[in-house]
Amino acid sequence: METISIEGTPKTPTITFDTGKGFLEIKGRSIPENSIEFYKPLVDWLEKYAAKPQAATNVNIQLEYFNTSSSKCILDVFKKLEAINKGGSQVVINWYYEEDDEDMLEAGEDYQAIINVPFKMVQVEE
Amino acid sequence: MMLDIYDFYDKMERNNIMLSFKGDITSELLTSILQIMESKLDNLQEEPKIKKKVYNVLVECLQNLYHHMDEVAPEQNDKIRSAIFMIGKLDNQYNIITGNYIKNENVSGLKKRLEDINLLTKEELKEYYKAVLNNGEMSLKGGGGLGMIDIARKTGEKLNFNFAPVDDTFSFFTLNIKISQ
Repeated sequence: METISIEGTPKTPTITFDTGKGFLEIKGRSIPENSIEFYKPLVDWLEKYAAKPQAATNVNIQLEYFNTSSSKCILDVFKKLEAINKGGSQVVINWYYEEDDEDMLEAGEDYQAIINVPFKMVQVEE
Repeated sequence: MMLDIYDFYDKMERNNIMLSFKGDITSELLTSILQIMESKLDNLQEEPKIKKKVYNVLVECLQNLYHHMDEVAPEQNDKIRSAIFMIGKLDNQYNIITGNYIKNENVSGLKKRLEDINLLTKEELKEYYKAVLNNGEMSLKGGGGLGMIDIARKTGEKLNFNFAPVDDTFSFFTLNIKISQ
């Protein structure tokens, strides 16, 4: 079991994936021009993790901004999590949004409507 | 012919242009523009809600230009690869204007797409966004056609656009996005 991480930049989020604890966090901004390239390692790690997941998998999504290019990649990540949830690990996705940021709340609700994994909407102060 | 700089300046001043750029759109340029705009929005002490909306829409507009450059004209000369971008704030409304060349053969498809988006209500836009998000298609760069839907959704305004014929091969496409407070 290992912890994998990607350090954030002004255009890409910090990603921490502690496979031993079943904890994944995506935090910061996700506005790269080429998001497929950026998210590919994470999608690959989830694929590996899916073979032997922890009993529970907690996912924190705490994004300040994300572009539409990232939105499809985030959906891909969630689809992997959906498969992991189906495969026996209890997955919860915590979707953080700042108070007053209706766009971010709505974005979370969009995913919630598409993905069959329990979502928790978590409001944080600005 | 000399460009009348004062006239140029005066027009920009009257439209309260905060930042404008004309030229080749690169990834580094987008990073710089976004940094500059972010500090300008901070200096104006905009509400976080407005700041985020403007920033988000700006990202989509600029990345549209960026992806479009690559797709339309890798082999073209600098003039055709060039685009224009402006952002201004007038009467508590932000205006983002972009302009770029587009091949004539692509005009009717884009026009139809934008007109279709403009017909949708807020609720319909939400459903359309989710359908496109989940359709499994992805353009090479990952956009997948969500940009314009997202802009319409976030601004709550109709997309204001124009195609000006240039020659047998190209038209000039302009998009004028309003973000009201």
